[in-house]
Amino acid sequence: MRLFFKYMGLELKSQMQYRTSFLLLMLGQCLTPFTSFAALYFLFERFGQIQGWSFYEVTLCFAVTYVAFSVTECFARGFDTFSSLVVSGNFDRLLVRPRNTVVQVLGTRFEFARIGRLVLSIVMLIWAAIHIEIDWTLLKILTLVLMCVSGVFIFTGVFILAASISFWTVQGLEIANIFTDGGREMTQYPLSIYQTWVKRFFTFIIPFACFNYLPLTYIVGREGSDSPFYALIPLVGILFLIPCLLVWRIGVRHYRSTGS
Amino acid sequence: MMKPYLSVFRLRISNGLQYRAAALAGVGTQFFFGFIFIMIFQAFYAHASEAPSMTLSQVITYTWLKQAFLALIVLWLRDNELFQLITSGNIAYELCRPSEIYGLWYAKLLAQRLSSALLRCFPILIVVGFLPEPYRLQLPPDFVSGLLFLATLLIGLLMIVALSMLIYISVFVTMSPAGSLLLFSIFGEFFAGLIIPVPLMPDWMQKIVYILPFHWTADFPFRVFTGNISKTEALTGILAQCLWLAALILFGKFTMDRALKRVVVQGG
Repeated sequence: MRLFFKYMGLELKSQMQYRTSFLLLMLGQCLTPFTSFAALYFLFERFGQIQGWSFYEVTLCFAVTYVAFSVTECFARGFDTFSSLVVSGNFDRLLVRPRNTVVQVLGTRFEFARIGRLVLSIVMLIWAAIHIEIDWTLLKILTLVLMCVSGVFIFTGVFILAASISFWTVQGLEIANIFTDGGREMTQYPLSIYQTWVKRFFTFIIPFACFNYLPLTYIVGREGSDSPFYALIPLVGILFLIPCLLVWRIGVRHYRSTGS
Repeated sequence: MMKPYLSVFRLRISNGLQYRAAALAGVGTQFFFGFIFIMIFQAFYAHASEAPSMTLSQVITYTWLKQAFLALIVLWLRDNELFQLITSGNIAYELCRPSEIYGLWYAKLLAQRLSSALLRCFPILIVVGFLPEPYRLQLPPDFVSGLLFLATLLIGLLMIVALSMLIYISVFVTMSPAGSLLLFSIFGEFFAGLIIPVPLMPDWMQKIVYILPFHWTADFPFRVFTGNISKTEALTGILAQCLWLAALILFGKFTMDRALKRVVVQGG
């Protein structure tokens, strides 16, 4: 763990060397969720609601997704660009070091410019939480925090899975975007609006539902989900990281260097 | 006189057509995103209190066209080679060539987009034509609208290349592509109706959108296809497209000449 923070410090220092570029990038990163959110706002202005979900409820959902995703992107970006490590053969260097490969890959890249996006998402989260018509209890606030944490774990797991593919294919596959960027796009709205096969897949195979839709039904007090059990579902989502790490380990064992 | 530009164009097309596997993977991703967007719109339309000016089936067709022709209409498609030419100083070699640089780059970018779109659009269009309702792509109301769609899409493509040339030109000044690319693509995408179709935006936003050139590149041809824009409107639209295209190219050439006059070749 100490190693991880050391890597982080190093990256921060190196990125701070280009200060204006860093600030500009940070501003730009802020704007990406901004247009998605504008689209969401405009659609609500036109239609009023989406299958019984109000604007602030969906905003809360949207914000939780973006908080989780931007934290993940900030820290787990190394997995996103992992295929280049395999292609260039540089992964060999990580293997000979006496440390865990996961920590080392995590350490290859931190994108601190994503903090811009994170700040905006947190502001959005708080704004939605204030305007939404809910009696906030301690448990509900705890659930909200757990949702964000669980989201980070799930997205990290998905990133690791996507990176593990390149142990077998060498090249990264664009199709993996379905689960990273696609997951982000999809979880901006409550899962209940989608068709059944989408719902099933993203609840039981990749548990996106665990970090936003299911606990959200508890927070907004939907019928049938008022038992405190729903508040603890995000914890289940955290467990998703375990099979992902397992796949990663199988992948590492399967790894053959490309040579060059 | 056009010959060097045409051969650059041909070369780039055959180069782009090499990447078939990548295109196939891309097609899979486009399908998934298409389904997600459609389901979101379906959910919104399910309990709409008042009928919007665009029907659900028009929105669905619009979404599929967007997914199929993505390579023709997005601004974030970039050629890193050109950026490197500018920032590394190798632009000096380009300047030595006996043909004009704007035309050369224009042909290059155009070919890149066309080859990538040719690979991707047909599998998507064929499959979505046979999907079960309500996901199926609805054909244009009549043959003339189909022809008008092709014409508007083509002029839109010429416009988008002229627009992206402006991004490359701006790099002469800023020396870092990240900033201008990001700003241009985020706002351009929104104003082009790629996130939500323009008729679903509120009226004040539509007014802003219609002043800017971006909506002519994607929103306009797609709505001609769905029949949301009538044929007479489409014809006047084509005129506007041509005017914009001429203006964008003139502006691009002018700024490029200015930039090249004061170009500093970076290092050796």
